[in-house]
Amino acid sequence: MSNSNASEREVILSIKGVDISFDVGGKNKFRAVKGATFDIYKGETFALVGESGSGKTTLGRAIMRINECSAGEIDFEGQRISGKISREEDRNVIRNIQMIFQDPAASLNERATIEYCISEGLYNFHLYKDEEERIAKVDEALKAVGLLPEHKSRYPHEFSGGQRQRVGIARAMIMEPKFIVADEPISALDVSIRAQVLNLMNKFKAEKGLTYLFIAHDLSVVRFIADRIAVIHRGRIVEIAESEELFAHPLHPYTVSLLSSVPMPDPIIEKNRSAIVYEALESEDDENATLRELYPGHFVHMSDAEVPFYEEKLREHGLAK
Amino acid sequence: MMEDRNIILSAKDVEVQFRVRDNYLTAIRGTSLDLYEGETFAIVGESGSGKSVFTKCFTGMLESNGRITNGEILFHGKDLTKLKTDKDWEGVRGAKISTIFQDPMTSLNPIRTIGSQITEVIEKHQGVSKAEARKQAVEIMERVGIANAENRFDEYPFQYSGGMRQRIVIAIALSCHPEILICDEPTTALDVTIQAQIIKLIKDLQKELKFTTLYITHDLGVVANVADRVGVMYGGQIIEYGNVEEVFFDPKHPYTWALLSALPQLGVKGEDLYYITGTPPSLYNKIKGDAFAPRNPHAMQIDFEEEPPFFKVTDTHYAKTWLLDPRAPKLEKPAIIQNLHEKIEAMTSKGGAFYVEQ
Repeated sequence: MSNSNASEREVILSIKGVDISFDVGGKNKFRAVKGATFDIYKGETFALVGESGSGKTTLGRAIMRINECSAGEIDFEGQRISGKISREEDRNVIRNIQMIFQDPAASLNERATIEYCISEGLYNFHLYKDEEERIAKVDEALKAVGLLPEHKSRYPHEFSGGQRQRVGIARAMIMEPKFIVADEPISALDVSIRAQVLNLMNKFKAEKGLTYLFIAHDLSVVRFIADRIAVIHRGRIVEIAESEELFAHPLHPYTVSLLSSVPMPDPIIEKNRSAIVYEALESEDDENATLRELYPGHFVHMSDAEVPFYEEKLREHGLAK
Repeated sequence: MMEDRNIILSAKDVEVQFRVRDNYLTAIRGTSLDLYEGETFAIVGESGSGKSVFTKCFTGMLESNGRITNGEILFHGKDLTKLKTDKDWEGVRGAKISTIFQDPMTSLNPIRTIGSQITEVIEKHQGVSKAEARKQAVEIMERVGIANAENRFDEYPFQYSGGMRQRIVIAIALSCHPEILICDEPTTALDVTIQAQIIKLIKDLQKELKFTTLYITHDLGVVANVADRVGVMYGGQIIEYGNVEEVFFDPKHPYTWALLSALPQLGVKGEDLYYITGTPPSLYNKIKGDAFAPRNPHAMQIDFEEEPPFFKVTDTHYAKTWLLDPRAPKLEKPAIIQNLHEKIEAMTSKGGAFYVEQ
């Protein structure tokens, strides 16, 4: 799977040199995202994988216009959606880009019924002919996420964490968006439900040509769902590759460390596996270091000095030109 | 070999009910567990299976609307189900049996310093002076991997990262040298790389301090890493238990099959992941037969009628399913989990998706 036809693929979302900083008192700024640059193609699932504090959620929220970019810009379908845009464009973003949040308890209005929580977007954009259609849509969305229509009249606190997250997914899906930012959507779910939600997301993708930015910390899940994966560490994207390629040939030491930390469901192997600890490379803070395409479609963040190191890695992986 | 080992805690036919409005919910439906001294036992199950409720009985931490309605929990010759007040529990909870919970932020008091939260426990349970408590607290902070512990003693929880906070929770739990450490999803809220560190820390501490560990988790990868023995819980009962290799490589209960089959690591790209249809049983109603029967594609008539007993697989491995009755048809476990070890071995060997150079 090379990306020979990548240039022909339609870019739906483009992140161009995005920096996101937060004031942390006085003149100090904390750079949560550092010079992120990548394209997401229409109809793909693009995973952003990193640990908490890596900036993955911050970047996802910047796409939703919740966080401001302090440098660079974000384009959706060729239109800039970061910074100041018109009210109409803003509504267009809200309508077409939906988010599934990380914390199911915090993302639902605890005083509203499930029916209202799910219908809220429909109300705001009048996406239904009559009450009957709205209720049918709500019922369908509930069923699609493994809940029952009779759950409509209940309140979020009456549900388990996993069920609440499914409500969160239902309220995003009901908007029939073009793009979904899914921020750790299954971290709070049980194994059996995880599979349902992932299958469901894949189904939506196949049927409706939906595009996902799937934010996660768990590589085992990402391998199954993502077409391409970007690995982010402390605000810096360190590696981007197609999913199979990244697993077959992880090149950046941080990616290797993440991969080694995935627990495997086999007591013989797991008891003899040890996680590789990653010490941050200096190049992560080097402003002259860039993402370079080492191999078609496979990008690694590096400084000039590190080029020989990665060339050697490529040889080890049998990928040298 | 197991028979030679001392049973440190023995729960027998425990039943727990919660009063919810005017209804009674039976969260634990008569289940038993023998915990051997020094072992790591993992209870694995999905949310609502009762794994947390069951183990909360061991420390008297059931919510106020819940009570143990049947059974006994023997610990050092004492029946823990008879303990009622906080005073009764003194000397057991926190002292001999400690718990680490999932979310370190809610286990710690956000407006008190890290140090004071550790010394409080040491002073209370050991009756030592403030200075001595501080000395011990700094020692244990260092032991759980807090660099520069002396300086970080007076910091607040928000100044610690999630992994560091969980280390503090472990420090507090271990500050009184408990005999049993209950780890209730201790790494679920943490990153994978941090998870690996915390799991290793608990293992190392267990080796050094020789306590017994009871893990509660939904993550079979974590179970494979930590456990000597595993119990699979469903609908308020342990339905299969055995040595960790037996449960992973020779599972007998259809629910254990389903749990293993749903692992994302076993997923094939472009194909649907396996998942369990239906929903867990409502615990408000009396459950007839095998609780998993309505979701079990292999269910037989008897599964809907009569609750199965435990059938012996080996001296250490038991499963509560009619499939093990001699009259039942011989069923193979699903193809996806056959040769599990070979499959995972291939994934983690050179050329496999999870291969890394060690």
